Amino acid sequence: MSEIQGASPPERPRTARNRTSSGADSGRQGVALTLTAKDFKSDQEVRWCPGCGDYAILAAVQSFMPELGIPRERIVFVSGIGCSSRFPYYMNTYGLHSIHGRAPAIATGLSVSRPDLQVWVVTGDGDALSIGGNHLIHALRRNVNLKILLFNNRIYGLTKGQYSPTSELGKVTKSTPAGSADSPFNPISLALGAEASFVARTIDSDRKHLQGVLRSAANHQGSAFVEIYQNCNIFNDGAFDLLKEPDTRDAALIRLEHGSPITFGTDGEFCVVHPPGGFGLEVRETASVSPTEIVVHDETVTEPAYAFALSRLPALDLSHTPVGVFRKVSRPSYDALVRTQVQEAAAKVTDPEREFASLLSSGDTWTII
Amino acid sequence: MTKKVQQLDRVVIRFAGDSGDGMQLTGDRFTSETAQLGNDISTLPNFPAEIRAPAGTLPGVSSFQVHFADFDILTPGDAPNVLVAMNPAALKANLADLPGGADIIVNTDEFTKRNLVKVGYDANPLEDGSLDRWVVHPVGLTSMTVGALADHDISKKDAERAKNMFALGLLSWMYSRPYASTITFLERKFAARPELVAANIAAFKAGWNFGETTEDFGVRYEVKPAKMSPGNYRNITGNVALALGLVAAGVRAKLPVFLGAYPITPASDILHELSKHKRFNVTTMQAEDEIAAIGAALGAAYGGALGVTTTSGPGIALKGETISLAIALELPLLIVDVQRAGPSTGMPTKTEQADLNMALFGRHGEAPAAVIAPCSPSDCFYAAIEAARIALTYRTPVLLLSDGYIANGSEPWLLPDVSDLPDLRVEFAATPNGEDGTFLPYLRDPHTLARPWAVPGTPGLEHRIGGLEKADRTGDISYDPANHDFMVRTRAARIEAIEVPDIEVDDPDGAASVLVLGWGSTYGPIGAACRALRQRGLPVAQAHLRHLNPMPKNLESVLKRYGRVVIPEMNLGQLAHVIRGRYLVDAIPYNQVRGLPFTAAELESMLEDVVKNV
Repeated sequence: MSEIQGASPPERPRTARNRTSSGADSGRQGVALTLTAKDFKSDQEVRWCPGCGDYAILAAVQSFMPELGIPRERIVFVSGIGCSSRFPYYMNTYGLHSIHGRAPAIATGLSVSRPDLQVWVVTGDGDALSIGGNHLIHALRRNVNLKILLFNNRIYGLTKGQYSPTSELGKVTKSTPAGSADSPFNPISLALGAEASFVARTIDSDRKHLQGVLRSAANHQGSAFVEIYQNCNIFNDGAFDLLKEPDTRDAALIRLEHGSPITFGTDGEFCVVHPPGGFGLEVRETASVSPTEIVVHDETVTEPAYAFALSRLPALDLSHTPVGVFRKVSRPSYDALVRTQVQEAAAKVTDPEREFASLLSSGDTWTII
Repeated sequence: MTKKVQQLDRVVIRFAGDSGDGMQLTGDRFTSETAQLGNDISTLPNFPAEIRAPAGTLPGVSSFQVHFADFDILTPGDAPNVLVAMNPAALKANLADLPGGADIIVNTDEFTKRNLVKVGYDANPLEDGSLDRWVVHPVGLTSMTVGALADHDISKKDAERAKNMFALGLLSWMYSRPYASTITFLERKFAARPELVAANIAAFKAGWNFGETTEDFGVRYEVKPAKMSPGNYRNITGNVALALGLVAAGVRAKLPVFLGAYPITPASDILHELSKHKRFNVTTMQAEDEIAAIGAALGAAYGGALGVTTTSGPGIALKGETISLAIALELPLLIVDVQRAGPSTGMPTKTEQADLNMALFGRHGEAPAAVIAPCSPSDCFYAAIEAARIALTYRTPVLLLSDGYIANGSEPWLLPDVSDLPDLRVEFAATPNGEDGTFLPYLRDPHTLARPWAVPGTPGLEHRIGGLEKADRTGDISYDPANHDFMVRTRAARIEAIEVPDIEVDDPDGAASVLVLGWGSTYGPIGAACRALRQRGLPVAQAHLRHLNPMPKNLESVLKRYGRVVIPEMNLGQLAHVIRGRYLVDAIPYNQVRGLPFTAAELESMLEDVVKNV
């Protein structure tokens, strides 16, 4: 073991007060970072089922990590329980595989007390939206500085195939042989309802798009919520085929790009408009509307109603599913607000022991001689 | 008029009134004045869970009992010598506790027909002779207060509300209390409304002067200062002491403190107190629920902070899974349970010590954690530091069992010298500990069996841990049967390896054949009962457990030294069960679960039977 370190973990920046709370700052002083995807692979054998969409996400994350320029020791992956939550074991960073649904809560304590770290949460539809629903919405509400990756396969995999809170109504599974009777959550709508400051969706099989979303999430200050459609080839195979197959995806998938009119289809033959008098957004044939009627995507709209309307576009069969960044707005992170209070108070104390002694003897005291 | 002054060695006063009458505040102020005088003190607040139960009803009665003496006392007193009853409900609710001959000061203005009917009095007890066993002092507290404040520019309602200060003034006169601290207090409390400062001070002085002039109070009393160790004192409740102990632990460990908490009676005051002390690098988070509260504390502990969560029994039930995780992760974590009467919501404001089984055994799998319990309000300070010592040294969750009695009760506290408090500095892992520069997160210190605390941010020590069973040394996921057996036994051995001080026995003559064993807040009543028995020539020994897991090494030999062991508990025999099972000692349980602490008298009577029949 080492010498006594006293107060601080090694390498903790002394000037944390002046840092933004966007997570780990880039680079360790004086050390050029030339990390590769390989550096982020742990020595553990990956034990997902062959063909699982999780492999693609893992590979995408590992090859994306080097571009963050953050040393591995400043990155922490925290997960709950489920197939997706095995993720931290395979990342050669710090990692904590915790308990079902609680990852956002545990990660909140870590992130608030260690602003020098970049904390990622990996979770699934059961973990985040069922048993851990409360922690997810409160992390988003607080705008804790976490990057939350929700692998949505619309099924419970690790417990062998029960329906999940994102399974479609009527889903026939081991636990619902006559079909499920409860309506699913729309994770994007839920996150927006909690006023998440960053909300995005992507798909496991589209590495370029996935990494683009991760890049945007990593640079966001506050909670970044990313739903990743992920195929469970054992218990819910093909759940997102409509969005993946070359012959259907173009007409089904709406790729959101900030600043661009929202059109989709093989040749942009469909578009999204805001019909006068209506509350939401609707899909039209591009040829049938004036170009000025087509909604130009703006992820920075403060009012969450716009992004919410986008989140309501998909039909039951997932056609008209937007992917990309729905919302990216700036508001103070919980971490920053809490740390500012503590640091401003602590900055006035030079000798904590003496200050504590004077605290003890403040108020009504008396002396016995 | 010169009044006779009578010397007393001890007095118990109970202030009782409606929840909105300010009885807790009145009691607090009287206590503070009494502390300034140098008496030894012990207090017991007793209030309903409802913030404002219907006015004038029995469920709405709130009381505050203060016991003060010119000698060292251990409890808030079994029975009041004086009852201040602000209304008929307060009289009725407290009369049964009052021995004959006690003084009753009643606010006659509230004894209206309507108020009497509300609590089931057919006739006015002040007039029907039913109070003849007691010395009744009828005082028009409300009307005299309003009269005294006639010249003040305040509403009638505000004037009426000052009646508690009139009562305080009267009692302060009766017992010759110095009242400068009350004046200062009022000036601070109502700083924004100077007219209320003036009115409340006037009401206080009117009460004082009333005592001096009225013939109804012929005698004034004095209780001389107690002989106490020299030093600076303050009066302190268990919850505040516990919060300050956590701050002290952070200061002495040179670690940030992170508290995750969810509001719950009777633990919330710890959250309130700690949230005032950010300057000591204390972060408090009011989480969305009990589970998130401990989760955040564990996350902070993983990051190198002193992680703490505070709650009461219902919260512990929710935190069980995360405590298990902390046991598997082998990280330091403090879990404070301010126990209250259960099961379920039970009686939130009433005390009990029935969470011992849950603390010791209330988790799935073989999941041992350290458990300790403070024995008095001021001891909560030292228990918090001791809990932190164990957690930090042995990298384990520690459950600290306080309860409503000592959490809200108060006593004088001899302020410690901060530099004399234990040095809790820790050693974070900084370099790889394995062959070939690898890091082995579950390679143990051979002495403490603690694993390295390798916090994120440390280059070269990147590792993954979790709730899945881990291989010895490497921490890799392992389903190997022999490894699991080894790890389960190692986690048990880790807790057994914690060094705790021997239990001390108070057996002044060495003549006792009966040992009374207690734990937690029963220390005061048990101690008072033992003293009383010894004064009557009946030898009895007392030992009190602070460490409930692991237990002191000498406990078995102490237990076997005595012919009989009696274990009083405010539960149905949880410690007795453990002692019987672990040491094969035929301990006699003595149990009561009334939501109130034991009285010394009932324990004295019970122990007398045991001692005489050994």
